[in-house]
Amino acid sequence: MKPEMIYLILGMSLVTQLPRLLPLVVLSRLSLPPIVIRWLKQIPVAVLSALLFPSLLIADGILSLSLNNTALLAAIPSIIVAAKTKNLFLTVLAGIASSALLQFFMS
Amino acid sequence: MKNEVIKGWKAAVPVALGYLPLGLAFGILAARQGLTWIDVFFMSLLVYAGSAQFIASAMLSSGSAAAAIISTTFLVNLRHLLMSASLSPLLKHLSSPILAWISLGITDETFAAGYPEASGGKASPWFYFGLNGLSHFSWIVSTVTGCLLGSRIPDPEKWGLDFALPAMFIGLLLMQMKNRKDIIVALTGGITALVLSFLVNNSFNVLIAAITAAFTGVVIKNEA
Repeated sequence: MKPEMIYLILGMSLVTQLPRLLPLVVLSRLSLPPIVIRWLKQIPVAVLSALLFPSLLIADGILSLSLNNTALLAAIPSIIVAAKTKNLFLTVLAGIASSALLQFFMS
Repeated sequence: MKNEVIKGWKAAVPVALGYLPLGLAFGILAARQGLTWIDVFFMSLLVYAGSAQFIASAMLSSGSAAAAIISTTFLVNLRHLLMSASLSPLLKHLSSPILAWISLGITDETFAAGYPEASGGKASPWFYFGLNGLSHFSWIVSTVTGCLLGSRIPDPEKWGLDFALPAMFIGLLLMQMKNRKDIIVALTGGITALVLSFLVNNSFNVLIAAITAAFTGVVIKNEA
């Protein structure tokens, strides 16, 4: 390994791991006010939707609401399977299968 | 203990499945941009953050300075602060060294996949050993494999594998939606992230959108 690469990876590791580490270790030893706890309880839904929407609706850097957007189309069966089965593994399989079929028929 | 590890593994299966195409894609890209498999191995082991690794490898090939790459990595990964903080009231029963170890395995995916178990307030460290262990292992193996095989791997898009992560986010999101308030939080987070993605660089939009959406969740009253 080149020394520059070692420094780069160590630097990236430090700035990534500290934000992962500090809140959990420090805040879990404090008793937080109820309103903060309520705010923190919203985080999973808030983060997941913030990750999901752009991944479905932005294709090649632009907003895509058309029927050519395979990600948006493949989302429909995935949502149905997720709602019906509540099973994450089946949802991922349904997503992969519908995305593969769409790629096959639309290319 | 054994049952808890297995429960963790089960939670990790969809995550590992989602990391496979993403990791292969990163490995292929990294190889093209001159990284060796050893570089990729250590980056996946010590940084373990998909989007930051993609950005870093693109910045390396365009000749960016290390300081620029490291500060971009910091901004892109700052959203883990929120996830780590939101686990803190739920894992109070664990000791600091165990929490430190669990925290290093927090990614978008492992955080969300483990959250239902953590929200019970009794999650076992062995559950996280299974979940984080298998997920991280899958990330390292798929990125190194991608780097070693390079362009000899057929295009993962053809097999629909690029949709594994969005599908996982759909499943995780729906499983955590319990009332009308959650729908409003999700719509706020999603639309804010969408709008911001055109205004700010990198995945900084996710951090700002999540903070905003969580506030709407506090303002709105709980409804069944």
